[in-house]
Amino acid sequence: MKAQDFTEQLQQQVQQAIDSKQPVKITGSGSKAFYGRETEGDELDVFAHQGIINYQPKELVVSVRSGTRLVDLNAVLAEKGQMLAFEPPAFGEGATIGGTIACGFSGPRRAAAGSARDFVLGTRIINGRGELLRFGGEVMKNVAGYDVSRLMVGAMGTLGVLMDISMKTIPQPFEEITLQRECTYQQAIERMNELAGIDLPVSATFFDGLNLYVRLSGAAPAVEAGEKRIGGERSDNNTIWQNICEHQHAFFSQDKALWRLSVPSDADYFELPGKQCIEWGGALRWLVSDADPSVVRSAAERAGGSAILFRGGDRQGEVFHPLAAGMKTLHKNLKQSFDPDGIFNPGRMYGEF
Amino acid sequence: MDRKQLINRLAEFLPAQSIIHEQEALRPYECDGLPAYRQLPLLAVLPDTIEQVQQVMRVCHDMQVPVVARGAATGLSGGALPLSDGVLLGLSKFSRIIEINKQARTARVQPGVRNLAISEAAKKYELYYAPDPSSQIACTIGGNVAENSGGVHCLKYGLTVHNVMEVTVITPQGELLTIGGAALDTPGFDLLALMNGSEGMLGIVVEVLVKLLPIPTRAQVMMAAFDDIEKAADSVGAIIAEGIIPAGLEMMDSLAIQAAEDFVKAGYPVDARAILLCELDGTNEEVSVQIKQVRELLQASGATEVRTARDEEERELFWKGRKAAFPAVGRMSPDYYCMDGTVPRSRLSEVLTGISKLSEVYDLPVANVFHAGDGNLHPLILYNANNPGELKRAEDFGAEILELSVKVGGTITGEHGVGYEKVHQMCVQFSEPELEQFRAVKKAFDPQLMLNPGKAIPQPKSCSEHKTIGGHQH
Repeated sequence: MKAQDFTEQLQQQVQQAIDSKQPVKITGSGSKAFYGRETEGDELDVFAHQGIINYQPKELVVSVRSGTRLVDLNAVLAEKGQMLAFEPPAFGEGATIGGTIACGFSGPRRAAAGSARDFVLGTRIINGRGELLRFGGEVMKNVAGYDVSRLMVGAMGTLGVLMDISMKTIPQPFEEITLQRECTYQQAIERMNELAGIDLPVSATFFDGLNLYVRLSGAAPAVEAGEKRIGGERSDNNTIWQNICEHQHAFFSQDKALWRLSVPSDADYFELPGKQCIEWGGALRWLVSDADPSVVRSAAERAGGSAILFRGGDRQGEVFHPLAAGMKTLHKNLKQSFDPDGIFNPGRMYGEF
Repeated sequence: MDRKQLINRLAEFLPAQSIIHEQEALRPYECDGLPAYRQLPLLAVLPDTIEQVQQVMRVCHDMQVPVVARGAATGLSGGALPLSDGVLLGLSKFSRIIEINKQARTARVQPGVRNLAISEAAKKYELYYAPDPSSQIACTIGGNVAENSGGVHCLKYGLTVHNVMEVTVITPQGELLTIGGAALDTPGFDLLALMNGSEGMLGIVVEVLVKLLPIPTRAQVMMAAFDDIEKAADSVGAIIAEGIIPAGLEMMDSLAIQAAEDFVKAGYPVDARAILLCELDGTNEEVSVQIKQVRELLQASGATEVRTARDEEERELFWKGRKAAFPAVGRMSPDYYCMDGTVPRSRLSEVLTGISKLSEVYDLPVANVFHAGDGNLHPLILYNANNPGELKRAEDFGAEILELSVKVGGTITGEHGVGYEKVHQMCVQFSEPELEQFRAVKKAFDPQLMLNPGKAIPQPKSCSEHKTIGGHQH
């Protein structure tokens, strides 16, 4: 990792884009180019804007430049026995923390520990007026002003260019084991919810259609006591969580569109054409399917949730779940308030902005 | 604007007893938990259905009357301070727990439900609501959302923003919006993050879906005494560096210790310069391992005494002293002024030295209570409002503490909100373009600035005016 600050250069590029009213497409390594809608625009490359700005393990805080590679950040944290609690997927060696936060990606630990937005404490951004702005900070508790930092998470770069990000870190668990047991979809959902309602050190769950996998993390005696209580076989598949997280598990290697359905954790299993697997205590259902988008979306809505066309399919149509009328107005107003000329990633999230 | 006409229009859908307009009846609404600031509202309304709130908003929008929402009014920054030309919208009648879903571990509640009432109702399912501000007996969940309230357990369990899944909101135009949802992700921008801590300036919250957690099998509290406040602060870093995240980590300085001990007889060592309360919770096995580790770390950090609560009774007593610290300090002085900065813990001793120097300059004593795990500091400035000029001195002293917090990389408010009280200090923490971005966000939700105007975000030009008029006395 080469620590270098490209704030000034990026700010100039944004200013040029504003002056010429030429939209930009914010990029890092390109690892998440598959996600969101296809967009046009000159590249605004943040990849070179790299480095750890401040890391205070005793305060559980790390501040990094957005082009910092996830793999580098993880290594720095691991050296002090810490990690990012939301266990983000990288989807590529060059993946940056900026892209991860812009997409709002979280991994297997999400249901137990929280999401990417939960751990963002502060950001420095360039808005659509070319101004460099700082929101939040490096402390855990901060209620001065609106929480603009968390608003940036998952906004797909449509509200501003992420420059620096401060996040809360957590200690790595002392011990980790995985248990597995055969069951049906519906049994897996019920079991996942039941386990989450008991004081147990469960840190991740996954159902592949055949087996329910449960990961326990914590002090060794606590993990062992949890194993006794939960039962099932101890799995020796140590890479399963990494494979699920990075979509290298066999489930994800099918040649059809990949849908991501976010539903209430206790929503009953519902069948759809194609294959499903389940994560996040029942709240995340992956679907590999060539079903019509409207079929998938209405099934997700009936279950009380929403669906994203995560990978593949038509990337020029709407890939994110449609917004209700009042919410759409609010989104357009907010976009306007950060990026009045529509410079940043137009159409990457929704066709309308 | 015609007050009489406003009352008449509200009376079209609100029963007479839900419209309060006589001066004496309005008196209880003149302030929140920061009684130094008082203002009678134009009138107060107490609707009890969502439709009524929508109608109130439509009428006020139509007549261009600003609206200030109010829950239990326990807020400490004047966020619910009324406006002389505005309607005070009381949500106290929205006090119903609508549903507890044991399977999904959520509670759907109305905004006027008290924080503690959620945990009490969830107890039969062995679940609870984690954020626990000190005012949790009285404060309501609607107010918690408005302030993004914390509490003593937020290092491990997060703030309100981490524990609220969905809010139903009435816009300034009277429209109903659902923000967030029962799923872990919802489409679009994270507007839920914006709503939490927005101090009633973006919408009126009329329903809240909160996350519940299983009650930890075991909770154990340890108390460590130190002869030096820096050693106490360092011990906190040592615990965290070891990979332990305590459920609660609270620190008190000698004045706060004495006040609490005189008040509740918690068994605190009154000769200590600082005490640390460290609570560990989780499974029995996890807690057993951690107690041993923490005891050793505290001793190695130079604690003069380390005590583990013998039983639940003593655990509650240890906490009682901490939770009663504000009223305890209140007994020592006719008035006190509570500050709320957050600082990086590594800068703590520097900040405390700074505060004690300022205490001499302003000639006012200060007791320090501190959420040590997350760096949130509550200096309590003791003063007597009956002595001419003393309130002003306390305010100026407080302002300097907040400015010091910003200088070392912290914030002017960790959990109490900006409200009316700290609106000028926002100019210290944020640049003009940043404040302008906040104003633009406000306008995206509330284009005509009808909701709680004048709070939380300084108005254009007010920063430069404040700088010329202000200037602290030294």
